[in-house]
Amino acid sequence: MKAKDKDMLKVKKIENGIVIDHVPQGSAVKLLTVLGIDEDFKGTVSVLINVPSASTGLKDVIKIEGRSLTKSDLEKVALVAPYATINVIRDYTVIEKYKVKLPEVLEGVIHCPNPNCISNKEGNPKLHIKERNPLKLQCNFCEKVYAEKEFKF
Amino acid sequence: MSLKGSDFISAVGMDRKEIESILALSEKMDSSFTKKEVLSEMEGKFMASLFYEPSTRTQQSFGSAMKRLGGEVIGFSDPKTSSHSKGETLHDTIKALEAQVDLFVIRHPSEGAAKLAAEVTNVPVINAGDGSNQHPSQAMLDLYTIKKEKKKIDGLTVLMIGDLKYGRTVHSLSYALSKFDDVKLQYYSPPQLKMPGFMLNDLRNDCKVEELSSLDVSKADVVYATRIQKERIEDPEEYKRAVYRIDNEVMEKMKKDAMLMHPLPRVDEIAVEADLDSRAKYFEQERNGVPVRMAIISSILK
Ligand SMILES: [Zn+2]
Repeated sequence: MKAKDKDMLKVKKIENGIVIDHVPQGSAVKLLTVLGIDEDFKGTVSVLINVPSASTGLKDVIKIEGRSLTKSDLEKVALVAPYATINVIRDYTVIEKYKVKLPEVLEGVIHCPNPNCISNKEGNPKLHIKERNPLKLQCNFCEKVYAEKEFKF
Repeated sequence: MSLKGSDFISAVGMDRKEIESILALSEKMDSSFTKKEVLSEMEGKFMASLFYEPSTRTQQSFGSAMKRLGGEVIGFSDPKTSSHSKGETLHDTIKALEAQVDLFVIRHPSEGAAKLAAEVTNVPVINAGDGSNQHPSQAMLDLYTIKKEKKKIDGLTVLMIGDLKYGRTVHSLSYALSKFDDVKLQYYSPPQLKMPGFMLNDLRNDCKVEELSSLDVSKADVVYATRIQKERIEDPEEYKRAVYRIDNEVMEKMKKDAMLMHPLPRVDEIAVEADLDSRAKYFEQERNGVPVRMAIISSILK
């Protein structure tokens, strides 16, 4: 990391919360929407777009003060940013760091995009990973297969 | 290979051996059905027949199958008169009935309904049609009819025509056929009602698939016609362009030993004059529904 970048990150350091690193370039805003972070959210949110990255060229980074991530949140992050790294911050220190992982089955994470699917009328949505690259999900109930742009968070 | 105690939800996950065991048992049931026998193997067993969408034909076929096996049938054929009309979920209906029955047969307008039911209960569930998704017992009787006529399924070319997007019988039959060797699937439909892309991808892994740009019936060993419902195509002009009709002139172009099938009821897709042609097998196909459903029920419950 260059000295200049280090300084910038220092300025933006948060006290308690999370940093989502290695978000694909251009996906930061979508990720915030998916996590339900909108104008009603009270904590400080910093969104860094087009951050130079050694491995992927450019990336986005999100820092959220006063928010933790549930299992379902993490699965949503994995759907939007499959290579994201989560840094958990307590008292300005990274206490935990891990990569998100997309499970084989997503239960109650996203809706089936088919309005006529029984899972949109009762019960819980459940989708399986059909293909990982490019990502395709198949509904456990109506058996339809969806590409990423069709996912309904 | 055993279907004992299992659900019968979709042709997607079925394998050739399972299908062949049902076809073999259907043959035995057929000779008993021809003699109008009532067997005793399902004595004391109850089947709940839950039709959330009216389909007299399919319901009667399942009902006679169970009764010919000596079993009892409860249930409803009109959701308006059931607890469903009071807002009860499918989940709760299944839970309320599961202690009383040995088998559920479910027809529902929503895709995935039978699968949901199967996840709710340990009682086996047969899918009698879930929205536009699957209708696997129809696929079994279609295959049985084909096998009876052609003596084989391997190597056949099957042309499916009509509403391929919402046509659950076409979906189930396609997957079931794809489990056999050297099968070729041909599709012809109006552009708005093509086979779903993900299904074509799946099917291409197992057999040859061809989408036709005109109604060319000349290569097919089986021509499988389906109805195009008016409500599927909003614009009346487009609907007029989309509908097709198989009459003697079209049949003229079919192979001499081809079969013409249709999961009835038909509207105008097949002209009445075609009924007299010996290649028309749709009434035979419908008749086969009972012995094949006897075989499915028996495979699951015996
Ligand atoms: Zn679905």
